[in-house]
Amino acid sequence: MSLKKKITLTVNGVEVTAEVEPRMHLVDFLREELHLKGPHLGCEQGACGACTVKVDGQIIRGCLYLAVQANGSVVETVEGLTKSGALADLQESFMRHNAMQCGFCSSGMLLAASELVEQQPKASREEVREWISGNYCRCTGYHAIVDAIVAVLDARAKGQKIKPVVANA
Amino acid sequence: MNKPSDLKGLVLDPVTNDQRYIGVSEPRHSARRLLEGQGTYIDDIKLPRMAHVVYWRSPLAHMKIGKIHIEHARKMPGVLAVVDGVQMAKICKPWVATLGHLVGMKSAPQYALAIDRACWQGEPVVAVVAETRAQAEDALQHIDVEWEELPAVVSMETALDPATPLIHPELGDNLCFSRTLDVGQVDEAFANADVVAEATFGFGRHTGVTLEPRCQIADYNPGDKRLTVYHSQQAPHMMQDLYCRQFDLSESDVHVLCKDVGGSFGIKVHAYPDDFATVGLAIMLERPVKFVADRLESFTSDIHAREHRIKGRIAANKAGDILGFEIDDLTAIGPYSMFPRTSAIEGNQVVNLVGGPYKHQHYRANLNVVFQNKTPTCQYRGVGHPIACAVTEGLVDLAAQKLKMDPLEFRKRNVIPDDAYPCSGASGIKLEVLSHEQCLRKIEKMMDYPTLRKEQAELRKKGIYRGIGFATLIELTNPSPAFYGVGGARIASQDGASARLDPSGVVSILIGVGEQGQGTEGIFAQIAADVVGISIKEVRIVTGDTDVTPYGGGTWASRGAGVGGEAVLLACQALQVNILKLAGAILKRDPVDLVVHRSHVLDKATGEQLLPFSEIGRIGYFRTDTLPAGFSADLMVTRHYTQKDYPFIFTNGVQASYVEVDPDTGFVKLLKHWAVEDCGRVLNPMLVDEQVRGAIVQGIGGALFEECLYDDSGLLRNGSMADYLVPMANEMPDIEVAHVETPTQSSKLGAKGAGEAGTAGAPGAVMNAINDALAPFDVTVFDQPITGEKILRALGKI
Repeated sequence: MSLKKKITLTVNGVEVTAEVEPRMHLVDFLREELHLKGPHLGCEQGACGACTVKVDGQIIRGCLYLAVQANGSVVETVEGLTKSGALADLQESFMRHNAMQCGFCSSGMLLAASELVEQQPKASREEVREWISGNYCRCTGYHAIVDAIVAVLDARAKGQKIKPVVANA
Repeated sequence: MNKPSDLKGLVLDPVTNDQRYIGVSEPRHSARRLLEGQGTYIDDIKLPRMAHVVYWRSPLAHMKIGKIHIEHARKMPGVLAVVDGVQMAKICKPWVATLGHLVGMKSAPQYALAIDRACWQGEPVVAVVAETRAQAEDALQHIDVEWEELPAVVSMETALDPATPLIHPELGDNLCFSRTLDVGQVDEAFANADVVAEATFGFGRHTGVTLEPRCQIADYNPGDKRLTVYHSQQAPHMMQDLYCRQFDLSESDVHVLCKDVGGSFGIKVHAYPDDFATVGLAIMLERPVKFVADRLESFTSDIHAREHRIKGRIAANKAGDILGFEIDDLTAIGPYSMFPRTSAIEGNQVVNLVGGPYKHQHYRANLNVVFQNKTPTCQYRGVGHPIACAVTEGLVDLAAQKLKMDPLEFRKRNVIPDDAYPCSGASGIKLEVLSHEQCLRKIEKMMDYPTLRKEQAELRKKGIYRGIGFATLIELTNPSPAFYGVGGARIASQDGASARLDPSGVVSILIGVGEQGQGTEGIFAQIAADVVGISIKEVRIVTGDTDVTPYGGGTWASRGAGVGGEAVLLACQALQVNILKLAGAILKRDPVDLVVHRSHVLDKATGEQLLPFSEIGRIGYFRTDTLPAGFSADLMVTRHYTQKDYPFIFTNGVQASYVEVDPDTGFVKLLKHWAVEDCGRVLNPMLVDEQVRGAIVQGIGGALFEECLYDDSGLLRNGSMADYLVPMANEMPDIEVAHVETPTQSSKLGAKGAGEAGTAGAPGAVMNAINDALAPFDVTVFDQPITGEKILRALGKI
C-alpha cells in the first residue's frame, strides 16, 4: 500500500522533508501534515480559491496541485506571508474596510490581491474586480474587498503604507 | 404616534453619556486573526483519537433500500465502523418537523440514516468511519447497497394530482401545509378596479453555498457520559436541546461549541440527519468523529430554498391608489419538513409579507406547500421575503405601467405613510414604525433619478437598453416567541448576556448570540465598551459555548444586533451599577454620588478620579474581607432580553437597480445598485453597509444565476461550484448604501435587524430593472433566475 514519495520543499522559509502519498494535494499536505490551517478547502475542485497558496512566487490552487509536484519548490502560505510582512498593507486595508466577514475566503483573497498589487500596480477598479474573480466570497458584496485593494494600490502609487489599525482607546 | 419626526431626538440621542463606539465605523478587531490564517474552523481542529466519517448517500431521488453489503468495506484499512439506519435508530430517535401554530401541517418521521427507503438524492444511508478521511473514502467505494428505484415526485405542479404517487402514503397526500388568508371583499375590489394587472412569477430552487461546508466533530466521553459537539452552527443551544431529545440526554450531558463559522446564511441553523448520525457514531465508538461535507454533499444535502410558483394580481384605481393584492403560491419542500424549524415557514412568510409596504385594504392569499423527492428546503437568508418582495414589486410596476405613472411616484403615493404607525398591514402583520416615505425620498436623491431617466431615454435612441427597477421592502427582525416558541419548537427568542469585570479591570461578555462573520462580536464589544465605560481594547467577547454563555437563540431572523445587543446593553448597565456600589462600599460613599468614566470611578460633583477599575477588581476579588459585612461585590451579572412588544420588529428599506440588457445576447450588465435601509439605530455603519451589500449580492445571485437544476428523474444536474453559479466580483456592481434611522421603542438600544433586507429587495429590484429595459419590446420576464436564455425567449429570438 505504501507508495509514498519523499519530497523536500521550503515552506514559509523552512525546509521540510516528508513522505507523502502521490495522491495527496498540496493543501492537504500543508493543513494535515504541517498544521498550516490558513489555506482552506471550499470546493476541492479549483473553483472557489479558498485554498490559494504561493508556489515559487506564483499563486496556485492548493486543491489542484499535488504535494509531490511541489518537490523542490518554495511554498508560501498566508501564515508565512503574514510573518514576513508581505501582506501587511493589504491586511490593514482589509481591516479598515471590513473586507472580510466569515474570513473563510480571506487567505486566498489576500494572496490573489497581493499578486495583483505586484503585477498590476495601476489596476483600475474594474481590473481589480476582474482579477479577484477567481476567488469566491459569499459574505461580502465584494465592494469592500475592491475598496480595500484599491486603497492599497493608491497608497503604493504615492509611496505610502496603509496605517495599522489600532483600537480607539 | 410613533412617527419618525417625533423620534428625532431619540435618534440623535446617544445610548450612553460618553458614547465613543456605538454608531461609529469601528473595525472588527477580533477579525484580524481571520486575515492572518489563524481562525479556528471545524476542519482546523484535531482531537486525540479522532476518527472521520463519510456517508454513503442515496444516488436516486426515491428508492427502496435492499440488502446493504458492508463486508468488503469493513475490511478496508483503517475502517472502524460501518453503520446503517437500523443500527443508528437504536440510539437516535426519529423526528417529525411540524409546528403547532401552522395548523394542519404534516410531515413524516425522519431518521438520522435512512431506513427502508431513501427519499432524495443525497439522503444519508450508511456511515463509514475510519482513522483518516482518505481511508473512509476508500472504503466508501466498497459499500454495496441493493436498491429498487421508486417513482419520484419531481414537479411540484403535479405533486397533488391524484395520479401522482404518494411519497409518504400514511400522510394521505403530498400536501405538507396549506393556508388561505382572505381579509374580505377582494373580489369586489378587483371587479371595481380601474386597472388590474397580473403575472405568474417563478423562483428557482437555490442554496446558500457557505464557503466552509457544513461540518462538526462529535466526541463522547464514556467516563463522565458527556457529549461534546464542535459545530459550524448558528444556534448552539438549539442543537444542544435537539441532541438531548433525540439521544435521551439532559442539557448537563451535552456541550455544544461553535468556533469560527465559515458562512452560514441560514444553511447552518437547521438540524441535519448527518448531524445526528455523527453524534450517534461518537456515542457508539466512544471517541471523537469528524464530519466535513464535500462540495457535492453540500449541494445535495444542505437545505435548498425558494422553489415557488406564484400567480399574483393587483388592483388599482385611476387616481393611482392600490386597492388590493391576490396571490396563489405553490411551493415544494422536498420529502420531509426540515427539523426543527419546519419547511412551511417560507411559504407562510410569503403570505404574510406580500403587499407589506402598501396601504391597500384588500388581500387574499392561497398557499400550498407540497412534498417532492428533492433535497429538503428550509429557511435560507430572507426566508420568503425575496419572493414576497419580487411578487409585490413586480405587480406594482405592472400597475404603474398600466396607469402610465412613474414607478417611483406610484410607490410614494401608495406606501403606508411615515406618520401612520403603529398600524397593521393588510395581511394582519403588526408594524411598529417604518419610514417608507423618507427612504423613497432619499433613494431618489442618491441615484439622481431624473438624470438617470434622461440618460436612459437618450441611450434608448441609440439602441442601448437600460432599465431602472425599484423594490420597496419590509423585513421582520427581532422576533418574539411568536415565531417558534408558541408553535412548540424549543428555539429561544430571548437571549442572555453576562458581563464580568475581571480582576485587572477589563470586561468579558458572554453571550448566546455568536459570530458567523456579520461582526456580531464587534458590535457587542462596542456596546459593552460604551455602556460599562471602558476602552474597546479592554473588552473580550465570548460566544458559541453552551457550557459558558447564558441560554440564547443564536443567529436567525436578523436578531443578533437587536436582541443580543440589547442583552449586552442590559447586562453592562447592571455591571456598571454593581461597580458603583462596590466603589461606594470601598470609598464609604453613596453610589449615587459616583459615576463611571473610562475605566475609573469619579466623584460625580467634581469629576475627580477616585478609583480605577483595576483597584475595584482587586478589592472585589481579593480583598472582600475589607468590605462591609453582608456586602457582595457581584462583579458578574447576567441579563436576558425578549422582544415582547410585537410579534416581530419590522424594518423597511428601498433598493434600486440600474441595468443594461443586450437584446441580441440576453446578457444583463448590472451597472449600479442603491439601497436605503432603516434598521433603527445603526451600531456600526461600516459593518452594516457591507452586510447589506453582501445580502444584496446573494439576492442578485438568486435573481440572475443561481438554480439547483434537476432532471426528470429528480437528480441534481449542477452539484458543483463550477456548474452552480454564484456571483463573482467582476459581474457585481458597486453598491451604494444609505440609512434612515428609526429606532424601535421595544428596546433601549433601538436597533433592528439588518442582515436579510438586502436579499429581500435585490431580486425584485433587478427583475424590475430588466423588465424596464425590455419595455420598448413590450415583453417581460418574471421567472428567476432571469438568464440570458429566458430573456431571448421572451424577445422571441430563440
